[in-house]
Amino acid sequence: MEMMSSSSSTQAVSFRDMGMYEPFQQLSGWENAFNTITTSNQNNNQSSSTVLEVDARAEAVAIYAQANYTSLYNSVEAEPSSNNDQDEDQINDKMKRRLAQNREAARKSRLRKKGLCVRNSSDTSYLGPAGTMNTGIAAFEMEYTHWLEEQNKRVSEVRTALQAHISDIELRMLVDTCLKHYGNLFRMKADAAKADVFFLISGMWRTSTERFFQWIGGFRPSELLNVVMPYVEPLTDQQLLEVRNLQQSSQQAEEALSQGLDKLQQGLVESIAVQIRVVESVNQGAQMASAMENLQALETFANQADHLRQQTLQQMSKILTTRQAARGLLALGEYFHRLRALSSLWAARPREHT
Amino acid sequence: MDKVMRMSSEKGVVIFTKSSCCLCYAVQILFRDLRVQPTIHEIDNDPDSREIEKALLRIGCSTAVPAVFVGGKLVGSTNEVMSLHLSGSLVPLIKPYQSLLY
Repeated sequence: MEMMSSSSSTQAVSFRDMGMYEPFQQLSGWENAFNTITTSNQNNNQSSSTVLEVDARAEAVAIYAQANYTSLYNSVEAEPSSNNDQDEDQINDKMKRRLAQNREAARKSRLRKKGLCVRNSSDTSYLGPAGTMNTGIAAFEMEYTHWLEEQNKRVSEVRTALQAHISDIELRMLVDTCLKHYGNLFRMKADAAKADVFFLISGMWRTSTERFFQWIGGFRPSELLNVVMPYVEPLTDQQLLEVRNLQQSSQQAEEALSQGLDKLQQGLVESIAVQIRVVESVNQGAQMASAMENLQALETFANQADHLRQQTLQQMSKILTTRQAARGLLALGEYFHRLRALSSLWAARPREHT
Repeated sequence: MDKVMRMSSEKGVVIFTKSSCCLCYAVQILFRDLRVQPTIHEIDNDPDSREIEKALLRIGCSTAVPAVFVGGKLVGSTNEVMSLHLSGSLVPLIKPYQSLLY
């Protein structure tokens, strides 16, 4: 059902059109933002862009993050050169290193909390005190780190391809590779659910900002379309209808799973809380057995949630043209990357010492 | 199995469930949202529950419950229902059985 779009507006997509990278001039206030973050509370008299006047800190973080992405992802469009190029490059490098250090520190901290011995960033041996190591989860965390690295490569490839105006056939292959990569993630998660479903659903393996938006151990399928839509327009009437239907059906499916999960929780409470007496109840076995049955179902719910995610991605790519799908996947990849990086920035922000 | 054949070929949407199965509940919620009132067969209280389960698996249902039939034909379990719905193919299938109200 792909429409062969030959209009020039969809062929040459500049990043300005995609709206993902602000023109460099608008980031002129970012140096001030950097200062605002690193020196707390002191620069009230800064003569800077109007952005810093209101809620300086939050805005500063956003600008800070955006500046970092501009450098990290090397926009192909030549930005107008400014006097500050060299300073900004140095600061960008510092930021890159800082972000990488924070990610590494966070990862090691998570592993340490699990009693896993962490030596250095290249050490992949997950030795720990006997009995405290969950090999399935340790393997998952390792694989997920690799997955993220691969994901960045995939997104870069798509970005480069869109700029290079490669053939639709080649672009289609890239799109399929991207989708397959998401498929790998869901497969990994299914294994992790078998190893420790609570760990998976808690989202402890994700960054805090991702967790903030979490739905049953991952992103909300219906949200996917909200993120992607601005970057795949213009759509035909038929496409608009199909997208709207997909939006609605994914919301309905989410709602159904959420309610099912609520019922599971309810059932769990009921099986544990039954017949609590002042004198300790003798026969707790039956209650616990019933509770265990409930917990068993949790793994299925986690799998169903991932199934919804995968189906939404697949359907989205079917509705869109190859080029639109590529832009959509680029937008999605970039969105999640920024969300993750925001977490690092937040963790690294200077705190006031009382 | 005769019982399963008979029950599944009842008119409209038929779902085999177990009272403890929360995914079954989720599927019921979905159909309710689609303005369909399915016929529910809760098999845990059926004396032939084991046989019914085996039969459902044999027919090709990925998990015994929930097992969804529309117009006598097996649609499948949760996976299949969700895939169909997201692809836009579930609503046309159940259209004859959708309530006109609300």
